Amino acid sequence: MDLSYGARYDTLRAEVRAFLASSWPPAGQGAALPRSEQVFAFRRRAIAAGYLAREVPRRYGGSEQPADPLAAQVIREEFARQRAPGEARGIGTMMLVPTLLERGEEWQKEKWVPKSVLGEYLWCQGYSEPGSGSDLASLKTRAELDGDTWVIHGQKIWTSDARRADFMFCLCRTEPEASKHAGISYLLIDMKQPGIEVRPLRQMTGGADFNEVFLDGARTPRDWIVGRRGEGWLVSRTTLKHERNSIGNAELLRMQFDALVALARRARRGGLPAIQDADVRQRLARIEGYVQSHVYSGYRQLSDDLHWRSPGTLALMNKLNYTNIGQEIAKLSLDLLGDGGLLDPTGHEREPGEPPQGAEGWLIHYMASLGVAIAGGTANIQRNVIGERGLGLPRDSFAQRSR
Amino acid sequence: MDFGLSEEQELLQATVRQFVGRECSGTKLREHFESEEDRSPLLWRGLAELGVAGLVVPEQHGGAGLALLDLALVAEVLGHGALPGPFLGHSLATLALVLAGSPEQQRRWLPRLAAGEGLGSVALAEEDGGGWQPEEWAAKAETTASGVKAWVPAAAAADLLVVGVAGGRLALVERGAKGVTVEPMAGADRTRRAGRVAFDAAPCELLPGGAAAAPRLRDAALVLLAADAFGGASRCLELSVEYAKTREQFGVTIGHFQALKHQLANMALEIEPSRALYWFAAHAFGALPAEAERAAALAKAHLTEAYMQAARDTVEVHGGIGFTWECDVQIWFKRALFDRAFCGAPAVHRERAARLAGW
Repeated sequence: MDLSYGARYDTLRAEVRAFLASSWPPAGQGAALPRSEQVFAFRRRAIAAGYLAREVPRRYGGSEQPADPLAAQVIREEFARQRAPGEARGIGTMMLVPTLLERGEEWQKEKWVPKSVLGEYLWCQGYSEPGSGSDLASLKTRAELDGDTWVIHGQKIWTSDARRADFMFCLCRTEPEASKHAGISYLLIDMKQPGIEVRPLRQMTGGADFNEVFLDGARTPRDWIVGRRGEGWLVSRTTLKHERNSIGNAELLRMQFDALVALARRARRGGLPAIQDADVRQRLARIEGYVQSHVYSGYRQLSDDLHWRSPGTLALMNKLNYTNIGQEIAKLSLDLLGDGGLLDPTGHEREPGEPPQGAEGWLIHYMASLGVAIAGGTANIQRNVIGERGLGLPRDSFAQRSR
Repeated sequence: MDFGLSEEQELLQATVRQFVGRECSGTKLREHFESEEDRSPLLWRGLAELGVAGLVVPEQHGGAGLALLDLALVAEVLGHGALPGPFLGHSLATLALVLAGSPEQQRRWLPRLAAGEGLGSVALAEEDGGGWQPEEWAAKAETTASGVKAWVPAAAAADLLVVGVAGGRLALVERGAKGVTVEPMAGADRTRRAGRVAFDAAPCELLPGGAAAAPRLRDAALVLLAADAFGGASRCLELSVEYAKTREQFGVTIGHFQALKHQLANMALEIEPSRALYWFAAHAFGALPAEAERAAALAKAHLTEAYMQAARDTVEVHGGIGFTWECDVQIWFKRALFDRAFCGAPAVHRERAARLAGW
């Protein structure tokens, strides 16, 4: 076992630091540009240096680096330390770009990948519908060809970024006669058109991170389809070899935990700092056991990636583990807040990746930890996945019957 | 960077796993568990032939010269199989000699212990719940030792005892020496039988490095218990999953039912990620001294608690049969009781971890 990164990566780290020192935050004329322009310009430089868009070929605007999870980790750490913009946030870089690279036509890659990688094109995902949540393949939004144009009718929901997005990648039913999964196609849609109406959904936290999207005769060209007609379900499952791993969210948990300890130092219990209370100390140490398990499991998965070992069932557990630990942190924070728990936190949304601050910030975190349990596959669906794919238990009979 | 096992380490685990499967699974394990007398010395001889008895003993003294991590990997496999025997006490006794013995003491004892010709154990806990930690040790020792120690693993079979004595020091006492009386204790875990040892002016030698090594010895004990707990908890999950795939009700195997599937998924989630916690603590013991003590405390607390809960869940998953004496689940359940309480319950080590963090 060896937890050091080794000389080669120490050199890389020094190079990344030197690059960042001269590139971010921008100086001179660059500092006068609007923030978004600063970010695009910085990403272009970082891509040219080989630090971002590493899995994207050069001809589509990436830096086309050999897969090296440790290099990617070093780069992420240094960018985070300098608070420099990393990969463009959002569902476009996470899901659409890898999908296009794997399944898209040449012209589609050229048209959409370069600007998506920079963050100039913002995407939203048209998957969930009011009647189709965990059972996504039952979706009803339909698309029909009118000459060379798809005409789309239906409703999508829980759509993040829909108000700002330039495009949507959308699952639509195009083959109504086919079976449930085989009737779906993967279409790309311009969001700025009259057939689309976006209504924000206000959350219990007061913010509105996601939306309802009404498609009423929205139109998109016949060839804005990824994969063939009826292949949309398969296309949406496309997964690629990624440099990503669970370390990012383990670091987030560690930051949250540190903030929780700081809260326990400030809070009072029985006239003393809460951190001197035996019960609080037990609960903190108990949570830390979970946080560290998650952090070291991240190292384990990173190492497995590096050495071509199969991560086994652990990879299926990352999301639920992250969810559970975040909830434990949230619950203890509420106990530490005391009367602060009476406040209305509405409007105290925080930047993703920042640990909670102040009573209102912790209350938002307390509520948001529920959102984590639901978004991107609910905790109960995660348990099905662990049980069925991880432990080899029989598949849910209802899910099987409805295929 | 490689936070994973080497090929040699995987081979070590596979070799021990094979031994456990061959020598002590199914009815053989049950016979050990039921037997009034401790039959594990026979099994121990077999393990010693594989080199397990001298894993951390330097090569110059006839051992393999490996690290605590390797020992912990073996502990995991033995915990998985619930293998009866003196592994824990013997491993800690050899480690104490390696860490704190004089060259002469090492020459005299280590080759015999490494070859499995002599059996070592540790006497840590004071009688009547007086404490496991070095600062709590009360037995007196200079050239003779006096006091009473409880929960000494394999006390009746051991040739050499490493005794925790006042001032947080360590003393060597031969079990056959005059003034040493051993009586068996009624422990729930029949795979690791323990005894009470009374020392009445028994001849002893202090280990010269004992005071410095005692906290390290405690940390090593915590890591080995955590590793045993991980192995045992994994086995509990396997037993539960196996049962869910074979037991039928309402015309289907009960693993079809989501209530059970989710219970098993939750068990898996409590267990698998914690493997890395004991790995880290074992690795830190040798490689990251500044983090070792706290890592061992958190790992012991976390994993032994997880094991206990996994064992409880396993009884529940098995229904009525799980609650019977006849069902083997109780073997792991009682091993979990041992891992949890031996060297101090989770709450003790969480409080230590809190103190060590400066909270």
